[in-house]
Amino acid sequence: MNEENVFPVFAVLQFPGSNDDRDLRFAVKSALGAEARLVWHKEPALPADTRAVLLPGGFSYGDYLRCGAMARFSPVMSAVRRFAAAGGPVFGTCNGFQVLCESGLLPGALLRNQGLDFVCDVEQHVRVEHAGPPFLSRARTGQVLRIPVKHGEGRYVVDPVELARMEAGGQILLRYCDASGAVGGAANPNGSVADIAGVRNAAGNVMGMMPHPEHAAEEGLPGGCDGLVVLGSLLDFLEKPR
Amino acid sequence: MKAIVCVTLKPDVLDPQGRAIQRACATLGHAAVTDVRQGKLFEIQIDASDRAAAERLVRELCEKLLANSVIEDWKIERIET
Repeated sequence: MNEENVFPVFAVLQFPGSNDDRDLRFAVKSALGAEARLVWHKEPALPADTRAVLLPGGFSYGDYLRCGAMARFSPVMSAVRRFAAAGGPVFGTCNGFQVLCESGLLPGALLRNQGLDFVCDVEQHVRVEHAGPPFLSRARTGQVLRIPVKHGEGRYVVDPVELARMEAGGQILLRYCDASGAVGGAANPNGSVADIAGVRNAAGNVMGMMPHPEHAAEEGLPGGCDGLVVLGSLLDFLEKPR
Repeated sequence: MKAIVCVTLKPDVLDPQGRAIQRACATLGHAAVTDVRQGKLFEIQIDASDRAAAERLVRELCEKLLANSVIEDWKIERIET
């Protein structure tokens, strides 16, 4: 019976200390109707039918040494590196973003918020800088999305040379803004350089963002459902006939 | 052998914790403290045959684990035999 292969399979990684893994799975399964499997970090391989990899938020390994620094040594990350190198889409949110940066799959690093406060805001907005597949095909460039943030170490840092390269290459996908779309100022919750909330790699198949799309995945809840713009774009990408 | 390694933020990376500590110094009445940058210190016990081998090992640890070269510098302060 091949029915389980009808829907693209998302692999949701679980590290010790991950805490948004089930929220991500809920968003993918319940809100999008796709298949999602939790994959423990000690697994040496991804499920054979994996079409996309999601790295959840949380505090993997207690944030020891640096956020995300330990998770990159988990056995499953070798498989994720191979998956990404082959062009497979990989998406990380919050701690997942930190893990992707520490793993070298994304440029830059995430440091303690400039104001030293843990930020927790359901009213955070981000502006889409470059719409398009695989992560933002359901958006249009310039669109404002409301996606919650909750992090203590979300200040994106990258050196000026790399930043210029990323800007030129369209790798800055999301910037912090207010509800009207005005970028920066008080709308930047953590002091990220250039108000960056989300980036992709040069190849375009790996994305990380600090806000939590999985917390904005259901009508009727305070978070709204703008997060499905991001996760749904990835689903559309996977369902596209080859 | 024991190696002492210091990891600090690169000079151009903002250190809000260091800044908060500097302000606390001022609150204590020490206006002479004009800047504080905080970092990490690692004491690493090593079974190594000689000093050069220990240093090679510690350098590798610094590059691959203890510091993130995007944001941090590292320095082997000393190796005690």
